[in-house]
Amino acid sequence: MTLFTETLPPGAMWSIRIPRHRTVRFTALAAGANLSALLFNAVQPLDRLNVPDTLKALHTAKLTRGHVLMSDMGRALASITEDTLGWHDPLGGHINAAQVAAKFGEQTYQDAHNDWHRNARDNFLIELAKHGLGLRDIVANINFFSKVVVAEDGRMAYVAEHCPAAAVIELRTEIDVLFVLANCPHPLAPSGKYPKVPVRIDILSSEPGGSDDFCRNFRPECGRALALAERLYL
Amino acid sequence: MSTLVYNESPLSPADAIRSEIILAGDGWFQPVKKDQTLRIVDLEGNQAADTFFFNADDVTERYSAQDTIREQGAIYITTGTKLMSNHCRPMLTITADTCGRHDTLGGACASESNMVRYALDKRFMHACRDTFLLQMVLSGYPVTKRDLAHNINFFMNVPVTPEGGLKFEDGVSEPGKYVEMKAEVDVLCLISNCPQLNNPCNAYNPTPIQVLVWN
Repeated sequence: MTLFTETLPPGAMWSIRIPRHRTVRFTALAAGANLSALLFNAVQPLDRLNVPDTLKALHTAKLTRGHVLMSDMGRALASITEDTLGWHDPLGGHINAAQVAAKFGEQTYQDAHNDWHRNARDNFLIELAKHGLGLRDIVANINFFSKVVVAEDGRMAYVAEHCPAAAVIELRTEIDVLFVLANCPHPLAPSGKYPKVPVRIDILSSEPGGSDDFCRNFRPECGRALALAERLYL
Repeated sequence: MSTLVYNESPLSPADAIRSEIILAGDGWFQPVKKDQTLRIVDLEGNQAADTFFFNADDVTERYSAQDTIREQGAIYITTGTKLMSNHCRPMLTITADTCGRHDTLGGACASESNMVRYALDKRFMHACRDTFLLQMVLSGYPVTKRDLAHNINFFMNVPVTPEGGLKFEDGVSEPGKYVEMKAEVDVLCLISNCPQLNNPCNAYNPTPIQVLVWN
């Protein structure tokens, strides 16, 4: 059952606290979406998404269905339960004001009102401030809908046209999670016109993943991170 | 930088203003001034040196792996790499590298991540993040867990495949291999000499490293 729906316009940011065992569905409403995201334990935000811990536990440099996003305390924050793309980026980071100006041209609020060219760094700082958080809390983020491949020699390449319209990724929260989101271009996106891709967010009721859950069984590490998350609610 | 840019340093250990051995499982948290050079030596080979930097004048500016790898367009670091901060500014530049493989993606081991990666009963094994936390608390510098993002693992081999896989492989480092970097600003250098016993990053045998600083 859908509990709530919101659409993030291009350049927008949002933060929302989602109780555990809800499904958060992100939908790209046009091709070429990028949604930069930070996740925190909503009760104790010092316990936060740790990209390296997640990647090394899963032996992956991309994120897709079955993967469990983990905190630095070893807890499952959210499990990726559906994914039409097969690849979301945990490597590229997020874009700042100087990078937006260099790639897409500066477009101030004075010039364009709410069509101005916003950047993920400032958006994160604004949303974090609403929760008493700030720069110190910005660690490695993930970029939903984007793909950065790494060649054998280590070189990174942004894959343009990775995300078609209507691409969907669903996360099931495993503890109470604070999502901090910025619908801003990927920092490796090609220069030119500032991408204008709205992203819809649906919050749905959900069930806990049982013993036969795809994510729980994806790797033994996923099951152990879920067990550590469950210990928060003893 | 994508692959090893082999470069030996002209600096002599006899001229170093600081030379210290860090035993496996121990930490080091010291200032390195602008234009000073820091060398980390893998004394016995196949050892991971978990290393992180803060701007000494403003500790909210700190090493950022994502900014470092994105700005140079490659995940491996070697001679010529600029280690970037979370404000996308260079903090240090790697000036010599005789090893050629250093990890930017894996971060530090922690008792909690050991539980996830290996078994829930691994909680009580020593881990790098505990060393980092103790060093930060004892240092008197205004930094806490909140300020800790993910670090470089010098001498550690974590290849990524074009299909998006990530592997932990035997180190390519050997006794005496080193990496050297020049500070572009005054930094605080936080090191944990990794005590990990569960994977091949230290060849299951953690060993000492040496840290030297030159003016």
